[in-house]
Amino acid sequence: MSDEKMLKTENITFAYEEDAAPVLRGVSCEVRRGELVAVLGANGCGKSTLAKHFNAILLPTEGKVWVEDMDTADENKLLDIRQKVGMVFQNPDNQIVATVVEEDVAFALENLGVPPQEMRLRVDEAMELAGIYKHRAKGPHKLSGGQKQRVAIAGVIAMRPDCLVLDEATAMLDPRGRAQVMKTVRHLNRDFGITVVMITHYMEEAAEADRVLVMSGGEIVMNGTPKEVFVRSEEMKSLRLDVPQAQELCLALREAGLDVPTDIISTEDCAAMLARLLQTGRADG
Amino acid sequence: MLRDITIGQHFPGDSPVHRLDPRIKLLLTLAYIIVLFAVHNISGMVLAFAVVLGLYLAAKIPLKVLARSMRPLLPIILFTAVLNLFFAAGEPIVQIWIFKISKEGIYYAITMVLRILCLIAGSSLLTYTTSPIVLTDAVERLLRPLAVLHLPVHELAMMMTIALRFIPTLIEETEKIMNAQKARGADLDSGNLMQRVKALIPVLIPLFISSFRRADELAMAMECRCYHGGDGRTRMKQLHVTGQDVVSTLIFCFAMAVLVATRWLPF
Amino acid sequence: MSIIQVENLEYVYGAGLPGATRALHDVSFSIEEGDFVGIIGPTGCGKSTLITHFNGLHRPSSGRILVDGQDMWADPKAIRRFRFMVGLVFQYPEYQLFEETVYKDIAYGPTNMGLDADEVRRRVLMAADFCGVAESWLEKSPFELSGGQKRRVAIAGVIAMQPRVLVLDEPAAGLDPEGREMILSQVKAYHRESGSSVVLVSHSMEDIAKYADKVLVLQEGTVAMYDTTENVFARAQELMDMGLSVPQVTQIFLQLRSMGIDISTDVYTIPYAVKTICRALEERGLSGC
Repeated sequence: MSDEKMLKTENITFAYEEDAAPVLRGVSCEVRRGELVAVLGANGCGKSTLAKHFNAILLPTEGKVWVEDMDTADENKLLDIRQKVGMVFQNPDNQIVATVVEEDVAFALENLGVPPQEMRLRVDEAMELAGIYKHRAKGPHKLSGGQKQRVAIAGVIAMRPDCLVLDEATAMLDPRGRAQVMKTVRHLNRDFGITVVMITHYMEEAAEADRVLVMSGGEIVMNGTPKEVFVRSEEMKSLRLDVPQAQELCLALREAGLDVPTDIISTEDCAAMLARLLQTGRADG
Repeated sequence: MLRDITIGQHFPGDSPVHRLDPRIKLLLTLAYIIVLFAVHNISGMVLAFAVVLGLYLAAKIPLKVLARSMRPLLPIILFTAVLNLFFAAGEPIVQIWIFKISKEGIYYAITMVLRILCLIAGSSLLTYTTSPIVLTDAVERLLRPLAVLHLPVHELAMMMTIALRFIPTLIEETEKIMNAQKARGADLDSGNLMQRVKALIPVLIPLFISSFRRADELAMAMECRCYHGGDGRTRMKQLHVTGQDVVSTLIFCFAMAVLVATRWLPF
Repeated sequence: MSIIQVENLEYVYGAGLPGATRALHDVSFSIEEGDFVGIIGPTGCGKSTLITHFNGLHRPSSGRILVDGQDMWADPKAIRRFRFMVGLVFQYPEYQLFEETVYKDIAYGPTNMGLDADEVRRRVLMAADFCGVAESWLEKSPFELSGGQKRRVAIAGVIAMQPRVLVLDEPAAGLDPEGREMILSQVKAYHRESGSSVVLVSHSMEDIAKYADKVLVLQEGTVAMYDTTENVFARAQELMDMGLSVPQVTQIFLQLRSMGIDISTDVYTIPYAVKTICRALEERGLSGC
């Protein structure tokens, strides 16, 4: 991860209609190149609206959004911005255009006018990365939700974007599908340095991020590492969000009068702490 | 169930029929259909049927599949046969009440039934051996010269692709909504025509609403992938006419010539 | 008496066609009046096929299903009767809404039952109340509501039929934590107050652990386990081997066990976990809770 800026919003405000209440109220945030950032928040907090600002699907009513050094309001840069910031949406069925997997993965490259030989290479590479190469000749309706969503990811990755925005891309999937998508996303982030912004309401997914932004009422109310965010469990609950069960267990044990730390969010750390407690009577190593 | 429909289905494979350039395949299918109407003899029709069955064997598509796709059309085939059998002009050989059956009637009935069978088999073979997207592509490329006349060829092809893509999705969705309404006591299978049409409203409204939502989301997803119409678009799959295509075309044209030549046979 | 009794149920998709697949095989179990049963299993295990049998949307290839002691398919023409006895809420039920007003949509089921207007009204208000559908929404178009609100209206539409058994397929899918909690606690309240049986299909083990009294585990179309929630989660390792997740708190105890610590692993809720830890500390003579 470098300090180089990938995305930046400057005090943006957005309302869907002129007189309507704004959905975003002065959001300023920055995503650095190579980061994996999760955006958490209850329904209606504005997180999906924010996501749509990152590749100029929506333009802010006030304020500015930057993709590297491109202003998203600059129409001449539209295709460059869309190529740089790929977007995957919630419903896998509604973002696949073609009737064959590999044709769909090629869709963006066809639009960009990439020569056929180069396209073939990039499509194959994108399908390999998303782990759907073996399904390349199938019709999308023959695939599971998790597979379809990875087709959508491959279709975006083929553009070789620097940044991937996932707008609740796992919300409609079963646990297996979610795990497949998360594995693909981690792989892209860690091994290929692709910046990822993940809009979600699953705290397990957010726990894997480098940084978590929590939104409420169109504003960013928390910004920190998963640990920093999840230990503020009272606040999280008041924002109608879950915290990991490991964290809840520690709090419950503390309430029962045990001296246990409360900054634990993973099952592994929690088990290790409990093991120490049961063997020595003390939770801290 | 809605899912059992086989017409328009595609059976992937790697036979010479599958590999044939889709543009040529489409044109040859059209040629075959025209020839079917140029042939009037039983011998010619039998030969035409033999040609198409031969192609099924070459494409390794089980004839069972063909038989299944013909089943729903059986009433039309029988109706045509009966119509020709009784109403062809000619010397009657059997007479039942006011119905007369003549030698010509039998002759026409057999020719007509064979012609319909050939039509179904021929056009089905095209869709069985060519994926819809390749077919759409072939149509787009064949029509491309018309773009000069400001015909929206690319847009039409894109619409066809999206329609093909969403047919299975919408069929699945229709089944889901029907089940959900049945679970709330909807009675979709009884009553007269009016009642049935009315009973479909709870299925159609949700289906329309969801189709509009899908269209909206799809448009956004397409924009995100830099879609901006047909200008400057390239295609991953290029079509090239190969030597094998030329040989296949010549053989097929020869067969068509033989079929047409049967016109001058006495039977 | 059992409200639903499934006997040797077998179901084959596309029977007689090439590519026919057996979705359910030799499934037998029964649900008692007033039970809250959770159904879990990996994707493709036959959960959806099974629950659509409960109200006759699928007909068994062989075997039979008794609802309230009556064979569902004894007279296929009378199958609609069972649709009212077993209310089925599908995944994403908000996509079935179609009426002009919320009131009319909730009234669709009861009206199909042939009830008079007063009774329909009583039931709509009762169901709306259970599902947290505010009175002020009743005359609104369902399409003006938010996703979570629409979901509650759709569930009210099934509850208004006052079914003896309420079957819900992933009722909380795609909702945020608050929406999940709200819908599931409303279902639980309905279960407690109406005395109806509830069948909940869910991928979320945390939700199943929290709400169900009994759990049915389906695997490859057969019943792998059917027992009290406690006994099923006590076999957490087996569940994980099937590719199912178990609640995070159960995972913590499984990890403790694998570290060589002697502790029971039938833990599936936080309060029970606290109790187990306190007891273990006491047994070891360490300062307790």
